[in-house]
Amino acid sequence: MNSPNELADKIHSLTKKDFESDQDVRWCPGCGDYAVLAQVQKILPTLGIPRENFAFISGIGCSSRFPYYMETYGMHSIHGRAPAIASGLKLSRPELSVWVVTGDGDALAIGGNHFIHAMRRNIGLKIILLNNRIYGLTKGQYSPTSEIGKKTKSTPMGSIDRPFSPVAVALGAGATFVARAVDSDLKHMASVLERAAAHKGTAFVEILQNCVVFNDDAYGALSNKATRADAGVFLEHGKPLVFGKDRNKGIRLKGWEPELVTLGENGATEADLVMHDEKASNGGLAFFLSQLENPKFPVPLGVFRDLEEPAYEELNKAMAEGARVAKGPGDLGRLLSSGETWIIK
Amino acid sequence: MSTATSGIDQTGAKAAAGKMSGLVSERQVEELDNVVIRFVGDSGDGMQLTGNEFSKAVGEAGHDFSTHPDYPSEIRAPTGTLFGVSGYQIQYSSRPVFTSGDAPDVLVVMNPAALKTNLPDLKRGGIIIANSGAFTEGNLAKAEYQSNPLEDGSLAGYQLFKIDIAEFTANALSNSGLSKKDVGRCKNYFALGVMLCLYNRPFDKEVSDIRKKFAKKPEFADANVTALTAGYAYAEATEMFATTYQMRASAATPGKYRSITGNSAAALGFVAAAELSGVPLFIGSYPITPATDILHDLSALKNYNVTTFQAEDEIAGMCSTIGAAYGGSLGLTTTSGPGMALKTEALGLAVMLELPLVIVNVQRGGPSTGLPTKSEQSDLLQAVYGRNGECPVPVIASYSPSDCFDCAIEAFRIAVKYMTPVILLTDGGIGNAAEPWLIPDVASLPKLAVKFRTEPEGFQPYARDENLARPWVKPGTPGMEHRIGGLEKDFFSGNISHNPLNHQRMVDVRAAKVAGIAKDIPPLEIHGPKSGDLVIVGWGSTYGSIAQAREKAEALGKSVAHVHLRHLNPMPADLGEILKRYKTVLVPELNLGQLSKLLREHYLLAVVQLNKVQGKPFMVADIYDRILELC
Ligand SMILES: Cc1ncc(C[n+]2csc(CCOP(=O)(O)OP(=O)(O)O)c2C)c(N)n1
Ligand code: SF4
Ligand SMILES: [Mg+2]
Repeated sequence: MNSPNELADKIHSLTKKDFESDQDVRWCPGCGDYAVLAQVQKILPTLGIPRENFAFISGIGCSSRFPYYMETYGMHSIHGRAPAIASGLKLSRPELSVWVVTGDGDALAIGGNHFIHAMRRNIGLKIILLNNRIYGLTKGQYSPTSEIGKKTKSTPMGSIDRPFSPVAVALGAGATFVARAVDSDLKHMASVLERAAAHKGTAFVEILQNCVVFNDDAYGALSNKATRADAGVFLEHGKPLVFGKDRNKGIRLKGWEPELVTLGENGATEADLVMHDEKASNGGLAFFLSQLENPKFPVPLGVFRDLEEPAYEELNKAMAEGARVAKGPGDLGRLLSSGETWIIK
Repeated sequence: MSTATSGIDQTGAKAAAGKMSGLVSERQVEELDNVVIRFVGDSGDGMQLTGNEFSKAVGEAGHDFSTHPDYPSEIRAPTGTLFGVSGYQIQYSSRPVFTSGDAPDVLVVMNPAALKTNLPDLKRGGIIIANSGAFTEGNLAKAEYQSNPLEDGSLAGYQLFKIDIAEFTANALSNSGLSKKDVGRCKNYFALGVMLCLYNRPFDKEVSDIRKKFAKKPEFADANVTALTAGYAYAEATEMFATTYQMRASAATPGKYRSITGNSAAALGFVAAAELSGVPLFIGSYPITPATDILHDLSALKNYNVTTFQAEDEIAGMCSTIGAAYGGSLGLTTTSGPGMALKTEALGLAVMLELPLVIVNVQRGGPSTGLPTKSEQSDLLQAVYGRNGECPVPVIASYSPSDCFDCAIEAFRIAVKYMTPVILLTDGGIGNAAEPWLIPDVASLPKLAVKFRTEPEGFQPYARDENLARPWVKPGTPGMEHRIGGLEKDFFSGNISHNPLNHQRMVDVRAAKVAGIAKDIPPLEIHGPKSGDLVIVGWGSTYGSIAQAREKAEALGKSVAHVHLRHLNPMPADLGEILKRYKTVLVPELNLGQLSKLLREHYLLAVVQLNKVQGKPFMVADIYDRILELC
């Protein structure tokens, strides 16, 4: 065992390299997943957590290969079930830092149930959803986030399914931390991941990820240098929704509808714009933001919501301690002969 | 109906009860060796409670007993209807009891529907104690009676006792201040009082039990005591009962006993496994009849090393259990048929991960939703084979309520020793039935040795020990970070491998590991001759019926033996050789022949099947008759 000082030194000396496993990364060249892997490997050494206390749990999909590339504890499980497995791990080992890596099919189609219930409980998992709006691993079928009309091999005439937004689903499920980043903006992604890592309870991060093979350029406008300033709006707590190359565009409310304005035109001022508030106890603003999409509106990036609520594993631990105080520690002999007993002589 | 005592009020009842101890009845007391009593009424009549309390009272006298609760799947079916009838059967005896009995000797019926649905089972000449007040026109119509069977002579072949339980209870409680509805709820204690008197069981113990049970609601405690007392006093005073009954003394093993159901015994066994191994228990489950009580029981034991998690579905129950086992807990998930189906894919993952956990399937009638509250043994092949790929899982089964305790420990013993998921099969019959349990001494329980590997030197996640088990490493252990998963893995490192020969080797070693458990199974116990004409092979809840049928046949001079399997995958090493020593092998099962299939496949034997799928256990007679046909 390490002494506290040795442990501190050990944690302090961790680098990105320490989190890279010896397995060859097998994503297609140019896949957005690489960027996410690199950013995660970059921030973990900064968190002050010993490497052995990280566990990465994934489901199935290209994105779910993630744990193999991390030099941490990890499990590549079955399709859609990572949040449930991670919940069992976190509940039984609250001291671990448990991360879930999932895809849009994995989390929202087959695993939708576990996904929403993890967030409903606010259990201490960091859930990173790599949303490429397609099923990558099975070679390109439409997913629950694919746009209507999407032509794939399973929808040759275009998809008639209505997509939903992972952020909106997370908010609907009561998530206490919800954020979004795009694979092409490394610095911003790292800052969002750091915020997620610091959150108590479920932290959900959607990463808009490009699948070069089956859905290339799904986020082209957001990634292209020429257009991205107009295609996205960075959410900053306590700041108005201003965006654009010239930072002169904004969003304001007209009734319950969003309205795009140019500052200085038609009397529009910053004071008219929607003010971001991550801490709002009412989820209305965050949900409103989750509905903003390209091309009509800029895509919000950053932290939608960040609430301080008790984490499930804390409540569970407190309950067990309460039971021990109320009933005394367990005693097997006493337990076996509890209830109504009788003696035969 | 006698009206002489219908005016019993609380003081009257007390006075009557006061007389009891000194009362020298002029009635005959008939000595018995065995009796089967069935309490039946509406779901809301509280017959399960009456039956439970009665069984405790006979257990306290040292008699062995076995019960069979039989209730509809509706929580509160419309009153008086044929499908809303709920029953509780108990057999108790001066000798060891293995089943709740075939045909009841006594039927306590709270309404016409209960009589209608249960009369066909009653022995000829048997006793009927009927709550006559419930035989109203309306209730008779609901039970599809043209005329009142209590009055029309149709029950002439039975000993009929009519007691207006509802009215007597209401009279006894006229001053209680309780609502009519609450008074109605006390009927079952009146019935219990009658039965305790009729079977010469003491009455004061029950009074103190009621006081304990309703400690938080003293007005209900008073009312129930009054009803109980009134029932007892009524049975004592009435001239209706010319005879009361006394069970002959039993030669039970001395010791401390409690009444226990299979589900409760399993819960205790799992807590014991955690205590014996020093490893925390984690249960992740989703409610489903008839398995939920295990989750209920464990949820009340959070002061032990127990974490309970009501998952969002059975898949999550299984998956959270995998996560907990990965984290270093004893992982447990409990379910029944449809839930078992949902757990299948994740169970395959657990096989690949080689993590120790236990899945309990309290079987019920299937397929699909089937018969939720009835028992069946039709998930055996699912347990042994029901997964994609070559996916071996050890399977064991309990044969009685108290055996669930031992099986729970045995399941975890195998799981941790061999690093494997283990399926424990019980069924609704065992899960809900109660029997006396000789409480074991903690020191006599098997030790469960668990070792977590913490030594990084030379660590290979899939290197195996002499039992072919891989090491159990908890996340958080420094220097041993590694990845596991459902993709095929390298034989040593556990890294992904698509190598054809490696896959062959992994499939082979997983199979060999589970097959190797056979050497760890104690020799089978043979009841009856070691060779001869017939051997009956059973598993699970059929134990009692088979044992009793065999004893009966043996008494007739038949050469018949009984072997009961706890371990179903792998089969005990000595089974094949044992079966060869008999001319005929008979396999009774509550399915269409699933163990029969396994035995034929393993031993290339001709096997005679005896199958029943009616949601009901075997009658002793079902098996006895078949024995006589075969030898
Ligand atoms: C039970 C089950 N059903 C289906 C599959 C096949 N499958 C594997 S990954 C996948 C979709 C993955 O899509 P997504 O989660 O978006 O991940 P991506 O590959 O796009 O990263 C499917 C359908 C499976 N592995 N398991
Ligand atoms: S198929 Fe798409 S998502 Fe999968 S690795 Fe290739 S680029 Fe990435
Ligand atoms: Mg995808």
